[in-house]
Amino acid sequence: MPEDTFALRIFRFDPESGKDPGYQDFQVPRGGRSGGLTVLEALFYVLEHQDPGLAFRYSCREAICGSCAMYISGEWKLACQTQVGHALEGNVVTVSALPHLPVIKDLVVDMEPFWRNYEKVKPYLINDGPPPEKERLQSPEDRKGIQEMADCILCAACHSACPSGIANEDYLGPAALTKAYRFVADSRDTAREERLTLVGNEQGIFRCHTIFNCVTSCPKGINQTYSIQQMKKLVMKRNLGLQL
Amino acid sequence: MIYHPVLIVGGGLAGLRAAIAVHDAGLDCAVISRVHPVRSHSVAAQGGINAALGNAEGARDDTWEKHAYDTIKGSDFLADQDAVERMTREAPARVYEMEHWGCPFSRLADGRIAQRPFGGAGYPRTCYAADKTGHALLHTMWEQCVKRGIRTYQEFLVLSLTVREGRALGLIALNILTGEIVPLAADRILFATGGAGRIFGRSTNALINTGSGLAIAYQAEVPLKDMEFIQFHPTALFGTNILMTEGCRGEGGYLVNAEGNRFMEKYASKAMELAPRDIVARSIQTEINEGRGFGKGGAGGGYIHLDLRHLGAKKIKERLPGIRDICLNFAGIDPIDTPIPVQPGQHYTMGGIDTDVTGAAPVEGLYAAGECACVSVHGANRLGGNSLLDTMVFGKLAGDAMAESLAGNANRTEPAPEARTLLEEDLRKTRDRAHRLMAGDGTEDPSAIRDRLKDVMIEKVGIFRDRGTLTEALAEVRELKERVAHIKVRSQARVFNLDLVTNVELEGMLEVAEVIALGALQREESRGSHYRLDFTSRNDADWLKHTLAHRTPEGPQLDYSPVAITHYQPVERKY
Repeated sequence: MPEDTFALRIFRFDPESGKDPGYQDFQVPRGGRSGGLTVLEALFYVLEHQDPGLAFRYSCREAICGSCAMYISGEWKLACQTQVGHALEGNVVTVSALPHLPVIKDLVVDMEPFWRNYEKVKPYLINDGPPPEKERLQSPEDRKGIQEMADCILCAACHSACPSGIANEDYLGPAALTKAYRFVADSRDTAREERLTLVGNEQGIFRCHTIFNCVTSCPKGINQTYSIQQMKKLVMKRNLGLQL
Repeated sequence: MIYHPVLIVGGGLAGLRAAIAVHDAGLDCAVISRVHPVRSHSVAAQGGINAALGNAEGARDDTWEKHAYDTIKGSDFLADQDAVERMTREAPARVYEMEHWGCPFSRLADGRIAQRPFGGAGYPRTCYAADKTGHALLHTMWEQCVKRGIRTYQEFLVLSLTVREGRALGLIALNILTGEIVPLAADRILFATGGAGRIFGRSTNALINTGSGLAIAYQAEVPLKDMEFIQFHPTALFGTNILMTEGCRGEGGYLVNAEGNRFMEKYASKAMELAPRDIVARSIQTEINEGRGFGKGGAGGGYIHLDLRHLGAKKIKERLPGIRDICLNFAGIDPIDTPIPVQPGQHYTMGGIDTDVTGAAPVEGLYAAGECACVSVHGANRLGGNSLLDTMVFGKLAGDAMAESLAGNANRTEPAPEARTLLEEDLRKTRDRAHRLMAGDGTEDPSAIRDRLKDVMIEKVGIFRDRGTLTEALAEVRELKERVAHIKVRSQARVFNLDLVTNVELEGMLEVAEVIALGALQREESRGSHYRLDFTSRNDADWLKHTLAHRTPEGPQLDYSPVAITHYQPVERKY
């Protein structure tokens, strides 16, 4: 094996071929155009030079659009944000589709279960009052309280990594629950009660067993478990008749 | 046959805002997008959105008129002044609306929306959500679409637009997930497909920004306007060309050359790093070309430093967290203690589908909004913070205009029989074309053609242009056009055929490149982003006019149209 290449080991599935899914190795040069080489660039190299049938999602290539979450050398990562040099195990980088979502082809998964959960939590601001002429005021501290949750790029890495979700596909999962808390914690939202009812059940926050896989897997460094625990506290307080 | 009274192509900010307008007017519409809407390139906008709210300290007497003048002056007087006034007057309403819909804008101590200084602006006018403003806005806009249950066709790549007798009737699109090529009929069609950045090397744009909407409209004989005006952003991260927001300089960052000097003093002594982008990009490129950059003679061109160190860790973490993450993850440096290596990179397509202020193109039933449209509000050089604004103001205006033009006439549930027949005819043609691409005996490697196109465009149709290099570029693009007829798509897959998706657009990319190069060659003056080494001054007597490119079998045919002047006579730009 030449020293200036590495093996990109891709888990392949072609729904049209009738063949069993399995790993396939491609030899890819280490040096990209920009010196470094991301896993996404390596996938493009394979697409253009070795296998035009390879399928994967991409868009921004700068870790903000959320298209290219994958399972890379045993970790949940964005392909665009992962340097090959950091993902090598020996001389191999192993890439497969996000676990626990149906695979459509190669690295492309069916995101429908993920979006279904997202829509269940009413992922939009609710405010009963008429909109003021100008902005609704929000203190910098209140704004800071929703920063992390609002930074979510909806890549589904946490959803895919959550063992509670694996065991129960009706579980809302960390991404949808983080979205729910993004509005629960927003000083401009007036639907806190409704939202807590929506998530305060066994398919919501109480199915989280604080395993923290979501936190480990998040490419944006978001602490989903924090959001879930905050809502558990609020629901408990509410159920005890305490002031929220 | 899929039918909606209104079809919107593109799920970025302009397309989604238009969809909301149409929906709220009580009409059925659908959004077609090649990716899930939140993956659209709007999501990558960083620095902010301009509106004369007068919130920031030192901006109390800002007005929409001042915003208009800054925009017009920034455009090097090529923008249509009536359109600019419309945009800046409606800016506060669009920003407040996004706030009411939940957009997490950064805040001042008193709770109002925070604003930062941006290039070419007389006041701190740029509203922001840290340095992830596009992400905050696009997710909020998508949330509003979810709330309304707006129909989307995701991972559908539009391949052609059907126009007959000057009227748009529908689209032919590839369902990427199934491989089916299907017709979609509509009475009104909006293109909101973004820019053509990926025609160029060293682009800050998302990989999906191939200019396909521009090409498809042009191929349907819709004129493209002012395509020679391509914005090069001053600060793209060296190596990957990921955008380093103008907000870095808005927050006080310096540009420093290899000799340790803040060289902007030589080029724009008052505005310094916050001169408009065309001026800053040229200044950086001059420093590099004259040997005062870093990485001389190395691959990928040279670079200079964007130095944020004096801002301190707290400010960088609070105001520019996304920039810091990108630097850490993509360049392995921390801007808190290391200057960022940057070079100019292709960033924005000022030109686009020729439209009026309501987004209407010169084909009945066809509209365009956002980066793929040319209203024109950006003229020869767009100001930072005006593109997000453009998407929402003109997305809404186009949505309103489409709804209004259909009012009382939108009870159809299927296409008119003659439209159906014509779409079926075009469907056969498009299927044949895809079949030829996949089954033909072509020998040309499409990725080699694409790579060469990008090199030609950045090297010869870049920041500095002249007759010699533009003539060479045009000849090379035309040669590539010959070669593209002989490409072969190698994958025969139906499901998610990326080989087809990435190569079916190549011919259109070359056509758009040809329009850009020809427009640049013909325009013998320097204005805004278009700088000619052989014609270094602006020439209002001959060139204060828009370029219009019409497609003919022989190639683009150019003619020109006047610029709308309301109040502001062109003067020399000084910063």
